[in-house]
Amino acid sequence: MSNILEVRDLKVSYGGIEAVRGISFDVPEGEVVTLIGANGAGKSSTLRSIVGLEKASGGSIRFKGDEISGLGTETIVGKGITLVPEGRRVFVNLSVLENLRMGAYLRNDSIEEDLKWVYDLFPRLKERSWQAAGTLSGGEQQMLAIGRALMSKPDLVMMDEPSLGLAPIIVQAVFDIIKEINRQGKTILLIEQNANMALNAAHHGYVMETGRITMTGTGAELADDESVRAAYLGKKK
Amino acid sequence: MTASVLIQHFLTGISLGGAYALIAVGYTMVYGILRLINFAHGDIFMMSGYFMIFIMATFPWFLSIPVVLAFTVLLGVGIEKVAYAPLRSAPRMSVMISAIGVSYLLQNLATYLFTAIPRAYPEIPILKKIFHFGEITTSLVTILTPVLTIVLVILLMQLINHTKIGMAMRAVSKDTEASRLMGIKVNTTISMTFVLGSLLAGVGSILYFTDRMTVYPYSGSLPGLKCFVAAVLGGIGSIPGAVIGGFIIGICETFLVAMGYSMFSDAFTFLLLIVILLVRPTGLFGEAATDKV
Repeated sequence: MSNILEVRDLKVSYGGIEAVRGISFDVPEGEVVTLIGANGAGKSSTLRSIVGLEKASGGSIRFKGDEISGLGTETIVGKGITLVPEGRRVFVNLSVLENLRMGAYLRNDSIEEDLKWVYDLFPRLKERSWQAAGTLSGGEQQMLAIGRALMSKPDLVMMDEPSLGLAPIIVQAVFDIIKEINRQGKTILLIEQNANMALNAAHHGYVMETGRITMTGTGAELADDESVRAAYLGKKK
Repeated sequence: MTASVLIQHFLTGISLGGAYALIAVGYTMVYGILRLINFAHGDIFMMSGYFMIFIMATFPWFLSIPVVLAFTVLLGVGIEKVAYAPLRSAPRMSVMISAIGVSYLLQNLATYLFTAIPRAYPEIPILKKIFHFGEITTSLVTILTPVLTIVLVILLMQLINHTKIGMAMRAVSKDTEASRLMGIKVNTTISMTFVLGSLLAGVGSILYFTDRMTVYPYSGSLPGLKCFVAAVLGGIGSIPGAVIGGFIIGICETFLVAMGYSMFSDAFTFLLLIVILLVRPTGLFGEAATDKV
């Protein structure tokens, strides 16, 4: 299976502080890959630089074989990458349906089919399609953020902490959706502090610490690793 | 005051209010998307007056109007590109100071180029046509201004609520970064806001100066501030609010003048600003800033 995304020696800095210090990883097509790690490990910076919200200070990012580092966000999104941002960031002043339409902003083809698909994935959104997104609960907003991202017909869906601030039962629902979206053929790059859920859902995992990747393996391998368990899963043997 | 005099003043009031409303919409739209008070907006309105003087010297009025509007839009967008866009990631105060700088620049540039002596605004014959309804005498521009204002604002609301670019404008006004993630070109969307705001200021300028008959380098300054007050009164960021604010100020001002308090009519507008900021800082239709975490 080919890699849809190849990151090599990526560096990101903010005002002289290196948040990402030369990391390399691959996302194979059709898989769920996760980056786990503590707050401040550089996970968000990694995703933000892939989608062009931050400028990489070094290294290369190849998507479907093309170098994309240095391109503008709207170009990168147009190539088929989408990011579900941390904290959901739905447009609270727009209706649910308008939010979904915004997700398809770059498309000129008919979006009815994808709208139906998203509504099938998230029936709650269909019920509330005319409501302002600001009136939705946190969990519903997360569903909307994911649905909105899917409306761009992406080949790679990146998610930044989709479980943040949600009740455990909603977290479970979010991960079920992630697996479902993947089963339907979307490649997913997920970053999470909830390492347990993330590793459970992922084919491949990378552990990030202070800007570096310190460990890699399949989701199951990492979940069984003692140092990962001690550091991120809160379990002792 | 007899009924016909009352109606006469009311017509003058809504006419002035309509012109104010068109300018106030520009303030409120730019504030909505950039959180910037575009202090240069009143001076764009003034420059638009000069454009008409020079263009109508050569062209007939029906050709001049679109050309003047085009120049006004170019000026508005040009200012955005040169003075505001480079400061996109700077603190809001810096952009505001830049706006004040542009305002003074335009006033002084106009003084330098056109001198401070008021110049006669060309007469657009059709607008000056006089109508008589019983005891009331009015010119077409007086009736046209409020009607055109309402029509343009309805069109604008349709654009903002029901088109893709309008949806993008609303998205950018709430969350620039999330908008970029949708593939929206944020700078293009912001330029579009300046296009619309300047276009309305251009229309307002034609209607306003046709009534006032002269333009001088500071003729955008006080109306600009009043329209800013109108936008705050209506709730800055709200387009219907700006329109209603414009009408309220236009009508109040006209009646104060009619009652013989013309010396206080400007002071009244700013007193209104202070009162509204004390009593209801979000304005009549403004949304309270509730930031959901």
